[in-house]
Amino acid sequence: MKFAIQVNEGPYQHQAADSAYQFTKAALEKGHEIFRVFFYHDGVNNATKLTTPPQDDRNIVNRWSELAEQHNLDMVVCVAAAQRRGIVDEGEAKRNGKDAENIAPGFRISGLGQLVEAGIQADRLVVFGD
Amino acid sequence: MSILHTVNKSPYEKNSLDSCLSLAKEGSAVLLIEDGVYAALKGAAKEPRMKEAAQKIKLYVLGPDLKARGMAEDRVIEGVEIVDYAGFVDLAATHDKVNAWL
Amino acid sequence: MSEEEMMDDEVVKKFMFVNRRAPYGSIYALESLEVVLIAAAFDQDVSLLFSDDGIYQLKKGQETAEVGMKNFSPTYRALEMYDVEKLYVSQTAMDERGISKDDLIVEVEVLNDEALADLMDDQDVIFSF
Repeated sequence: MKFAIQVNEGPYQHQAADSAYQFTKAALEKGHEIFRVFFYHDGVNNATKLTTPPQDDRNIVNRWSELAEQHNLDMVVCVAAAQRRGIVDEGEAKRNGKDAENIAPGFRISGLGQLVEAGIQADRLVVFGD
Repeated sequence: MSILHTVNKSPYEKNSLDSCLSLAKEGSAVLLIEDGVYAALKGAAKEPRMKEAAQKIKLYVLGPDLKARGMAEDRVIEGVEIVDYAGFVDLAATHDKVNAWL
Repeated sequence: MSEEEMMDDEVVKKFMFVNRRAPYGSIYALESLEVVLIAAAFDQDVSLLFSDDGIYQLKKGQETAEVGMKNFSPTYRALEMYDVEKLYVSQTAMDERGISKDDLIVEVEVLNDEALADLMDDQDVIFSF
């Protein structure tokens, strides 16, 4: 079965990002397809590579990046939500005159159409938030 | 058509569970996750409401979230089934859609 | 290439956007509305449900100058231009909050819990924010 996952909250503040990760991992382990993980609202903060949690805690951002690499996951960060919250890739940085980018490996920035498309193409949309 | 409803809020802080239960139809299921798991416990104020709901809908609670909060399985209301993340995935797959009561 | 052109088939699904939060106190209402407009551009069968505190999103007379935030309530009135015309409001939520249809900025259909449950059941995808 094809799942789409929507993540509405950032890492650490709410459990939503953890729950979404555990669900995604379990779905992959069961042989399901993850059509896309879409990060919206503060969820875009899951995609900053500047995150530096204490060593004895999980690294939520790296965990996503690793899962994406292992399973060729499509992880999309909403551009409008990302711009508001300062999550930028090289292209966005250039376009908006910023001197740095901070997007973690495995994530890409794109439009809300990607969420709508996920809703259309996937068999199920599962939303995690606060 | 059947819906898997997920509730992630403590019923003692937010109204998500009540709103969900008032719209959950016969044959649908409710899965309690995150702070929502506090609704699944025996001897608490929400127990009668949960037992009443169990008459027409299937009730589930996410085991890992219970465990994290120090709640042993024997404290879960009878009729509420405990599932793990794989079980959560199964529930999402076997229902037509998922409605998250954020 | 626009996102619309990227769609390779013409599946139309019933999308329901469930709005349960008040505006301004958090960004959910505003960003939810942004998804609604995009979903409409994809020609999906879009419904909006306002329940719980979500009904406050539709309150007439919002003036945000003093809080320094953008008043996005006029967008609800513009939804019609995007062919988003299925706006539903929970009777229970209205009664609980002492809000009547006259308080609202747009025409809505007010439904009781039973009708709302049927409506939800009839959807393909439910978006929550």
